[in-house]
Amino acid sequence: MIEFRDLHKAFGPKVVLAGLTLTVQDRETMVIIGYSGTGKSVALKHIVGLLHPDAGDVIVDAQAVSTLDRAGLTALRRDIGYVFQSAALFDSLSVAENVALGLRRRALEEDEIAERVREALALVDLTGTEERYPAELSGGMRKRVGIARAIALRPRYLLYDEPTTGLDPVTSAVMDRLMVRAREHLGVTGVVVTHDLRSAYTVGDRIAMLFEGRIRQVATVQEIQETEDPVVRQFIEGRPA
Amino acid sequence: MIASIGRRAVEAVSAAGRWGFFVADLGRAAADVGTWSRLLVGQMRRIGVDSLPVAVFIAAFTGVVLALQASYTFTGAVPLYFVGTLVGKTMMLELGPVLTGLALAGRVGATMAAELGTMKVTEQVDALETLAYDPQSYLVLPRVLAATLMFPVIVALAILTGICTGWLTSLELLHLSTAEFVKGLKLFYLFKDTWYGLFKSATFGCTIALVGCWIGLGTYGGAEGVGRSTMRTVVYSAVLILMLDAFWAVVLL
Repeated sequence: MIEFRDLHKAFGPKVVLAGLTLTVQDRETMVIIGYSGTGKSVALKHIVGLLHPDAGDVIVDAQAVSTLDRAGLTALRRDIGYVFQSAALFDSLSVAENVALGLRRRALEEDEIAERVREALALVDLTGTEERYPAELSGGMRKRVGIARAIALRPRYLLYDEPTTGLDPVTSAVMDRLMVRAREHLGVTGVVVTHDLRSAYTVGDRIAMLFEGRIRQVATVQEIQETEDPVVRQFIEGRPA
Repeated sequence: MIASIGRRAVEAVSAAGRWGFFVADLGRAAADVGTWSRLLVGQMRRIGVDSLPVAVFIAAFTGVVLALQASYTFTGAVPLYFVGTLVGKTMMLELGPVLTGLALAGRVGATMAAELGTMKVTEQVDALETLAYDPQSYLVLPRVLAATLMFPVIVALAILTGICTGWLTSLELLHLSTAEFVKGLKLFYLFKDTWYGLFKSATFGCTIALVGCWIGLGTYGGAEGVGRSTMRTVVYSAVLILMLDAFWAVVLL
């Protein structure tokens, strides 16, 4: 279970999170939606300790992330797969090496690593791309390699940062299908940050809207679609203020 | 004005604090031998072998100029075989390490800052962390160790090149014999001349790599930020090399 407890974060004078409180239950996929620049990615980075909160905390499996030392953070990160908005693949490594990189930290045999790489790439429909380099891949393929790298670790939690941003509608639908497939295949708890509502409705069990640094509403997909909250309504209908 | 001074003072203290944490983290990362040792040889090849042409090119012309300037300065007053002394001493003690250091501050330091800066702004450094790697042991330590180990090798070859071109210049243009050049080269030679230059170059290598990695990992702001980091690395490295050069002269000579 992941809990955001009264999380505060500012960058200089700009307050990004102002008391974010949210609970993600085991094996559910929580989608966090909101306007650009409202701190969705910032919230996600607190889960893996990439950012340190000004106040409040994120609790993962009863551990307060901000209190963990480096060894504790490393142990926590072994249970979490993170899919970056830009895919964040390593340019100097091939697709297979990118996917295998996290596995090499787990003292696995080379045969086991090769098998997991093969399996992860098959799950994202990228079999045969093992020897290619990130520069040779399309944006959608890079994002799929990013997912493969995360799921190869067989994590308990999968975090997606804007997984469909910059993709055409068809490729976005493919990404949504992959996220659903990853959840069904691995039984993971997921947190997806996006402002792509079609994607949110497809992959989410529940949707939380982040507004002005706090959660404005948390509800099931259907409840969000039928909400009467004016702020949420305006966002999902895409109406300018 | 007072506010500006105060702001700069705060920034300086903050930078010193970050530098302290950076070096402390590096010490901690040394224990992660399994990660950095795997990457060390690759970095040694990139820093060492790939930098050789630049270092040798600079040293070759320096040797020529040194021989000709020595002959010009000595005309009539000092025996010409002292050309060998001046070429040898100057290449070993000063120009070999410093010119190579300054040239590699541009080549090696700037490359490190640009590479790590790009990784930082494209979230690759964050990705490393989420894969349970410590960026210090994966990115920084192999580069710092490789630069510290390889700079003396590069500088040794640069010194040899400079002395060789100085000797060839003496033979062809100054009509000095090999025996006379070698006589001058051996005159006043101390073993300290050799280790002093090589030791100094190891400290230059370490400094350039530390500065390149520190500034690279502190990059923000996209392509413009990467450019800024690259420029700062070259400037800071050059300044630090000259300061270190003076420091070692005071302490060791």
